Amino acid sequence: MEQNLLLTYLLFAPIVGSVLVLFFNKEQVKLVRWFGLIVSLIAFVISLIIYFMFDQANPQFQFVNKFLWISSINVSYHIGVDGISLLLVLLTTFLTPLTLLSTWKAIEKNVKMFTFSMLFLEAGMIGVFISLDIFLFYIFWEAMLIPMCFIIGIWGGERRIYASIKFFIYTMVGSLLMLVAIIWLAVYASNMTGSFTTNLLDLYKVGASIPNQIQGWMFGAFFLSFAIKIPLFPLHTWLPDAHVEAPTAGSVILAGVLLKMGTYGIVRYCLPLFPQSAVEFAPVISVLAVIGIIYGALVSMVQTDMKKLVAYSSVSHLGFVVLGTFAMTVESVQGAVIQMVNHGLSTGALFLLVGVVYERTHRRDIAYYGGIAKIVPFYSFALLFASLSSVGLPGLNGFVGEFLILLGSFKSQVLNNWWFTIFAATGVIFAAVYLLWMYQRVAFGVVKNHELADHLSDLNTREMIVLAPIFVLIVWIGIYPSTFLKLTEASTQLILQQVSTYTVNLLK
Amino acid sequence: MPSTINEYFQLMPFLIIGIGIILSVVIEISSKSSKEILPWFSIILFFATALYSITNISEHAVLFGGMVEVGGKPAIFNFIFNLGAMLVVMSSIGYLKKYGTYFGEYYILIQSSVLGMMVMAGSKDILMIFLGLELMSICFYVLAGINRNKLGANEAAMKYFLLGSFTTGFIVYGIALIYGTTGTTSIQNLIDNFGEYSSNIIFVTGLILFLIGFSFKIAAVPFHMWVPDVYQGSATTVTGLMSTTGKTAAFSVLIIMLTSIFTLNSANIFKPYFSAIAVLSMFFGSIVAISQNNLKRMLAYSSISHAGYMAVGLAAANSYSISGIIFYLAAYAFMNIGAFSVISIIEGENDSRTDINVYAGLNSKNPVLAAFMALFMFALAGIPPMAGFFGKYYVFVGAIESNLTWLAILGVISSMISVYFYLRVIVFMYFKDAEENFEIEVAPYSLSSVVISGVLVLMFGLFPDMLLRLITAVVSL
Repeated sequence: MEQNLLLTYLLFAPIVGSVLVLFFNKEQVKLVRWFGLIVSLIAFVISLIIYFMFDQANPQFQFVNKFLWISSINVSYHIGVDGISLLLVLLTTFLTPLTLLSTWKAIEKNVKMFTFSMLFLEAGMIGVFISLDIFLFYIFWEAMLIPMCFIIGIWGGERRIYASIKFFIYTMVGSLLMLVAIIWLAVYASNMTGSFTTNLLDLYKVGASIPNQIQGWMFGAFFLSFAIKIPLFPLHTWLPDAHVEAPTAGSVILAGVLLKMGTYGIVRYCLPLFPQSAVEFAPVISVLAVIGIIYGALVSMVQTDMKKLVAYSSVSHLGFVVLGTFAMTVESVQGAVIQMVNHGLSTGALFLLVGVVYERTHRRDIAYYGGIAKIVPFYSFALLFASLSSVGLPGLNGFVGEFLILLGSFKSQVLNNWWFTIFAATGVIFAAVYLLWMYQRVAFGVVKNHELADHLSDLNTREMIVLAPIFVLIVWIGIYPSTFLKLTEASTQLILQQVSTYTVNLLK
Repeated sequence: MPSTINEYFQLMPFLIIGIGIILSVVIEISSKSSKEILPWFSIILFFATALYSITNISEHAVLFGGMVEVGGKPAIFNFIFNLGAMLVVMSSIGYLKKYGTYFGEYYILIQSSVLGMMVMAGSKDILMIFLGLELMSICFYVLAGINRNKLGANEAAMKYFLLGSFTTGFIVYGIALIYGTTGTTSIQNLIDNFGEYSSNIIFVTGLILFLIGFSFKIAAVPFHMWVPDVYQGSATTVTGLMSTTGKTAAFSVLIIMLTSIFTLNSANIFKPYFSAIAVLSMFFGSIVAISQNNLKRMLAYSSISHAGYMAVGLAAANSYSISGIIFYLAAYAFMNIGAFSVISIIEGENDSRTDINVYAGLNSKNPVLAAFMALFMFALAGIPPMAGFFGKYYVFVGAIESNLTWLAILGVISSMISVYFYLRVIVFMYFKDAEENFEIEVAPYSLSSVVISGVLVLMFGLFPDMLLRLITAVVSL
């Protein structure tokens, strides 16, 4: 059978690029930067081509490539995209070039290795989203830790070593238990069907038949790994450290894409593989999600460091995504997926903007700033725009996702309780409080530090080029979300169909 | 059965090394430039044997009336021994020069120890095992103390020798009891009548003593006391050899002895034994390694914990886990030899510069070495896509297949702990600035040993099927 190799090209473009970077001379900083940017743009173009060739009405995986890789444990190089993963792949390939461009001033030390790490990371992230073999998925999931650990550890702030080790070990703890679960599933499949397999599509068929109690453990092992990555309250403690210590580019990628791997994992693995347990645990997890929404928002409110504030806001926003996923209605899951993208865009933009002033003043504390609207009007407008998008102002992207999630969870039969929605909705109000309050303290009022007027210059052309595409998308999703919702609709319905038999059982 | 000339031909790998040893002795005695010739001669010798073994894997046969096995599993083991020894010799050239000492015996001893390992892996008779074991061990005792002017090396050699002799005592006593009750030393005979013998308490005692002896050799807890001091005190390249090929040889015996016995139902008595030493070794090694500041000592404790992961495979004892152990041993050999080669390059005079803080800022001093060291550390930690991960994965598959899921869970918990100390090396190399300034002299041969190990670790990681297919084909023989 003829296989369309576009997706393989997409995966290997950054890998080949990252290997080629190693052959550059260390001194040719400019060349390395351009090269990294061009490679990531090539990946973006390939993903756009895939988007235009993608059949949105078809809920199945498309652009599937399958080659036997390790015959003795029956592992294939098996990749493909459906609407959900394609959207996240697009987010990845969209954010990576922008992030690389944003670092042209900020990263001076060892640019070659930085570019290598970023491209390697991009390949890992794409790999996670497109793998259709759990073993392959696990390899990308783990391999991706290495560049991220380097990005935090080498180019990070003062406590970077602590942050990178914490990040690494936290993630390892979750994923190694997932590894045991993966092996157990493969062995189970071999007992049921006679062939040892880690092929996701085959496992979908046997997953539901796992005895209830063991299914709970399996679900738990997968979920723990994803929950750490998201991070779901109370497993979020690595996040503020990692975000604050990482360089701007690291924070953007971390918030923009890496956290989504956890929520994507739930949608792709936890729900369809272990439907019964997913339905059973949905209320408990939703409680944690709602606690996360409120807790993240409250902690954000009292932060004095801008970057930490944005970091904790992620806990709150990702809580919405988890709530939406476990409400298990078409609206809420679609809302959750679109909210993943929204969070990537608006939080990414916020981190970029914090990075912009940090580059100039090396200060991140809110109290240091004040009245900068007069000094840097363009910057202040951009900050307001990104904040409002994160708050969920109607007409911008955040509103669409949150509204769908709240709507879906309100009428969810799995949760069957209005209180989830009611409490979650307060998170939206709190978001307005902490972000707008921060904005007020930073941008309005009298100019507190007059040295700011000397240090702080407004956005330059490069920074505007980085932010402009993000802002365009923010408005696009806000005004005409159907472009993106249509992409995920069919696939979402298919996943919920797999769960629905158990939903019905439960309700009886 | 009279031996035919044909049987001698099938002994080719043994003959190559054996004749090589004799030639080496002649070269050492007669040639003034033996210093230049011997290392190269050894490299060629090892490479030829490795190549011969891996290409003749399918020529499986049991020779000399059931004494020696060639092809199949022994061929895979020979491949690991010889390739490992070749890499060690490569990194030794520069290392010995740096020490300012040269002993022709060094290379001859390495060759002899490899011959001992090959005999161990290829034996079908307990006495042959013992012969190989002693050949290997005695060479190791001498190699550990090869640098006789160093106090640490003397201590290491003495300690190794005393505890090693003690172990030998266990093994010989075990063999005596086994022979005393059964009247045979042939492994095949033992297996065939295992059901009958296993009811005899003296036979079982003998077998357990035998197992305990080899538990010493694989460095499993609670028989690990010699490991840290010996690994730290011996010359770095020798440690590289002992910790990898030596361990592989000991495991090869356990695999040969036990795979056949394990297939019998009455052999379940060994499951608790191996489960226990697996759990103890994994956790002891990983936890104690955290507090080590000397890199050689840290790798010694990591070697103990790796023995634990492999023992998980012995406890599981199915075809998955046995192929897993063999793959793991190969992967472990190359990543560990690579790591020790890097250490031997960094190391200064008088065993200095083996502490972890010397590695601070290595990336800015020598990015290539740092990158390879990082690769080996990630591989040892079991992060995909490096070879170490597949070894663990495969062993755990075996464990879960045998309903030992709890053992697999304990295994991954121990892996989590071990990530910390491997990561610590990377933290020092990449995230910290250099504390002291010193010149790193990179001998080209040492570097090529590092590069070859690195390439193998990556290759076995990305395309594990190359090796796995060979292993799974022979594992049931």
